[in-house]
Amino acid sequence: MGLNTPEIELLGIAPEIALVVGALFILIVDAIIGEGGNKWHLWILSTIALGVSIFLAVQAWGSNELQMGDMIAVDGFAAFVKITLAVFALLTVWLSRSYLHRDGIEESEFYGLLLFAVAGMMLMASAADLIMVFLALETFSLALYVLVGFRRTSLTGQESAMKYFLLGAFSSTFLLLGIAFVYGAIGSTQMYGSSAAGAGAQGIATALVSLPAGEFTLLVIATGLLVVGLGFKVAAVPFHMWTPDAYQGAPSPVTGFMAAATKLAGFAALIRLLDAILFPLRGDWRPLVIGIAVLTMVVGSVLAVVQEDLKRLLAYSSIAHAGFVFTGIIASNDRGVSGSLFYLATYGITVLGAFAVIAVLGGRDERRTTVDDFRGLFYESPLLAGALTLFLLSLAGVPATVGFVGKLVVFGAAVEAGYSWLVVVGVLASAVAAFFYLKVLVVMYMQERQEGAEPATSGYGGLATGVIGLAALATVALGLYWSPLIDFAERATFFFSAGG
Amino acid sequence: MAAAVIALPLAGAAFLLFFGKRMSKASAYIASGAIALSFLSGLILFFRMLGEPGEERSFVMKVYDWVNVGGIHGNGELLLDPLSIVMVLVVTGVGTLIHVYSIGYMEGDPRYSRFFAYLNLFCAAMLILVLADNLLLLFVGWEGVGLCSYLLIGFWFEREVAAGAAKKAFIVNRIGDFSFLLGIFLIADEIGSLSVTEINAGAATMGTTLATVGALLLFGGATGKSAQIPLYVWLPDAMEGPTPVSALIHAATMVTAGVYVVVRFSPLFVAGGTTALTVVAWIGALTALWAALMAAFEYDIKRVLAYSTISQLGYMFIASGVAGYSIGIFHLVTHAFFKALLFLGAGAVMHALAGETDMRKMGGLRRAMPVVGLTFAAGWLAISGIFPFAGFWSKDAILAVAWEQGEYALWALGLLTAALTAFYMSRMYFRVFEGDLEVPEGIHVHDAPRTMAVALVSLGALSVVGGFFNLPGVLTLEHFLAPVLGEPEVPHGVIAWALAGAALVVAFAGIFVARALYLQPEGDARRERLEKTAPWFVGAARSKFYVDEFYGRAIVAPGKAFAGFCADIFDKRVLDGLVNGVAWVVNGVSSKGRHVQTGYVRNYAVIFLLGVVVIASFMFLRVGV
Repeated sequence: MGLNTPEIELLGIAPEIALVVGALFILIVDAIIGEGGNKWHLWILSTIALGVSIFLAVQAWGSNELQMGDMIAVDGFAAFVKITLAVFALLTVWLSRSYLHRDGIEESEFYGLLLFAVAGMMLMASAADLIMVFLALETFSLALYVLVGFRRTSLTGQESAMKYFLLGAFSSTFLLLGIAFVYGAIGSTQMYGSSAAGAGAQGIATALVSLPAGEFTLLVIATGLLVVGLGFKVAAVPFHMWTPDAYQGAPSPVTGFMAAATKLAGFAALIRLLDAILFPLRGDWRPLVIGIAVLTMVVGSVLAVVQEDLKRLLAYSSIAHAGFVFTGIIASNDRGVSGSLFYLATYGITVLGAFAVIAVLGGRDERRTTVDDFRGLFYESPLLAGALTLFLLSLAGVPATVGFVGKLVVFGAAVEAGYSWLVVVGVLASAVAAFFYLKVLVVMYMQERQEGAEPATSGYGGLATGVIGLAALATVALGLYWSPLIDFAERATFFFSAGG
Repeated sequence: MAAAVIALPLAGAAFLLFFGKRMSKASAYIASGAIALSFLSGLILFFRMLGEPGEERSFVMKVYDWVNVGGIHGNGELLLDPLSIVMVLVVTGVGTLIHVYSIGYMEGDPRYSRFFAYLNLFCAAMLILVLADNLLLLFVGWEGVGLCSYLLIGFWFEREVAAGAAKKAFIVNRIGDFSFLLGIFLIADEIGSLSVTEINAGAATMGTTLATVGALLLFGGATGKSAQIPLYVWLPDAMEGPTPVSALIHAATMVTAGVYVVVRFSPLFVAGGTTALTVVAWIGALTALWAALMAAFEYDIKRVLAYSTISQLGYMFIASGVAGYSIGIFHLVTHAFFKALLFLGAGAVMHALAGETDMRKMGGLRRAMPVVGLTFAAGWLAISGIFPFAGFWSKDAILAVAWEQGEYALWALGLLTAALTAFYMSRMYFRVFEGDLEVPEGIHVHDAPRTMAVALVSLGALSVVGGFFNLPGVLTLEHFLAPVLGEPEVPHGVIAWALAGAALVVAFAGIFVARALYLQPEGDARRERLEKTAPWFVGAARSKFYVDEFYGRAIVAPGKAFAGFCADIFDKRVLDGLVNGVAWVVNGVSSKGRHVQTGYVRNYAVIFLLGVVVIASFMFLRVGV
């Protein structure tokens, strides 16, 4: 008799704990100090929390175990994703500080919500149980719904938050349905199966080994539904419709954060599920994911062509980029996994930089975010224009920027796995994509500044400039010397495995 | 350390390109300092290498993991061995002297710092070329020196001839580069590696035919860079650049890149049997004679030197072609000394005569500018092959090794060229420096300023004693290079003496004829009589044998016509039509597609649901429920 209390080990979720504690602390400190002041302590505290979180994530590097009653996988893959997420969050915090301050937005809860979101995303990377995936997904989604609508006075902000929330709830039902199917198939929601000797609980991985080949029906259907639920978060076509609206309405730092971090978190869960757990069923899920990848690449690239708002344009571009990441997943070999991780990490830095420039140049209340507003930018602020040029070229995948390397590795992995035609589609899509990136460049360099336009960079802090500089530096430096990050990503393809 | 050799001038160039404008005068000292330090690093490496036993003098240093694609490794690896260190010392040593010379020569130029930035950049690229342990990296240096050559020939781009000459040099070199690239591809494909050491080790496995093709493709690149038949036409025009550039790039260093490549990949050339080497030797010999002929009829002092450079490079290829690699390098070294000297001397003359280059308007300058006259004389005797000046030793060694290999025809061509060389160099020396003082009107002749004199005297001294680096019997340089290049077979005893005597005799004969035609008072009448015996030949030689015209009609004109067709008809109608058509279609699809994005959540949800239905049905069908 008696309850089986799971053994509580904290190392696995220590990075998340640090963030949650930090977020709570921020809320309490803010409540104590109250209104007024310039609230510099908030972003300092966030920075510290994220720093501690990175430190703890690094500690877990090299571990290989399941913790918290087999709900959490502590492995190299999770560590890589967590570190990258925390770096994204750091850049976002520094950028947001300037942004919120300029626009006079009450910043108190902002940092708390951001840290909660990161904690949820980190859990996605570690989740070894589908229930945990769902919890993590809802944790960061709830925080993001609020963050998207954080410009309370902006109607578009409110609208986009509402849309994101409704469709998010909608997509969660399919994720839950998928989890239910898994439970129906194997009697548990675990991915790996029990590590405790003799406990005998089934997991998807163990079930795939022990069940006879004909009994996978429910699992296959469940896989489709799980892909739907997670595909929504990474903005895969046809579950992408919310993306342009939400990206446009959200404050630019949040948009950048979503493009970088949400995608990484969603893909982290997808990669673990498809390339590690459901690897034996790849014959069944590959056609599905290939269809989604082709649609995502093509629709994202083609629809971006006619966009006039830079934030919307980058939203479509982020859809296309999700498609490129899918090619790495489809390859489902080591190079594909490490390539996808590399792609997500470097795309995140680049897109954060791009949205940082937009945040700076959009001006108060983001009134100037159309492509036309960037006319002749080069002649007014050459450095910002130069940085944006770099980011756009990297997004387009031009050599000597990191975007080129990212495409090279994921496409290389797909070719290795025998999907050359998919790479051809991807390359054609990126050729279309190059058009709209270049369109922005043409406007920036070859057209005159509008008469009487207000100066581009009114009232912006050095912190944001630092973020842009860092992102630009990373874009070029990693574009020329990428091997350290590739090596890191290659060692991160190490998933938890019972054997070793 | 080896990386520092390259990094120093590279950093100098980068620094000057960004900040040079603000420091004008100081930029010269920064650039010279950078290259001098590079030379010093080279010296330290050299002495460290001397401390090792002969077989252990090759090191490969990995600086940087560069390209790694499909099993081909293009790493930033440097190869430091006796051959590359000799090249490093020549490039940085002569380079330093020419930097110093330029301090005075370029004074007052509006783009003063830019000039030094380019010079430094050139040195860095050349050093990459000679130190690379990897064909890909070598090609970076190869293209880098080509670029710098273009920038420096066209340094005074306001003058149309200079801009045109720069373009000509670049385009002609591209033809060679194309061949070179094909060679790289072939080698990469056959041997599966781009590393110099691995290519040389694996050359024998390529099979005779492929090795020959690969070697000849590389040699095609060499004919471009080293100005050999048929791609030599750019070098005389390149004299439009500032004279220090002609001295550094178009005499002492860059043009030797082709020789270096042939020597560096000598196992590849040998692997193809005799064909490739025979081609190399004969192209060299014919070029040597051909260029010497044109030099004998040229009046522009810099162009005479340019033809002479082409001719002397031919000698180096003869040496490589008869497997006397280290002798080729020996001549490369001595030639770097005396040709740089001659160019700098010519530059000093131009400097004093307000840019005049026509030797018919000069005379008796030795007394007006003694330092220049004296050092120029040293260079003249060296290139003419007079004992004991530097050129005597290296040229004699080349002829001797050709004889020893039984290539008597090559030997005879070389000997004939030697006579012609002595003739045209004496003609130039007598016209410019001897006789009565004769200068264009209104010019006060002055001797070389101090910085220029320093360079002239140093190079003059090297032209006198440069041959002692490799005296017969002692053979310091040959033994030093032997671990990489092997020892060439040379004649001994009476034959060696006889060959040296023959070379000396023809050299004196050349000088004697020149003296009779140009120095003695009866010279003018004699020349007239001579020219009447074969007027068509003189005319042809003065027009450079119509080679430029031939290339213009046979290659450039059809090429232009084809390009015109491609640009005006094929590109505008067909390709642009296709591209614009595709863009039009994409734009149309995009405009239509955006209507799906209505902004209503219900519509979004419907599409979402449709997607789910499709996916679910697909999955159901798949599992057959």
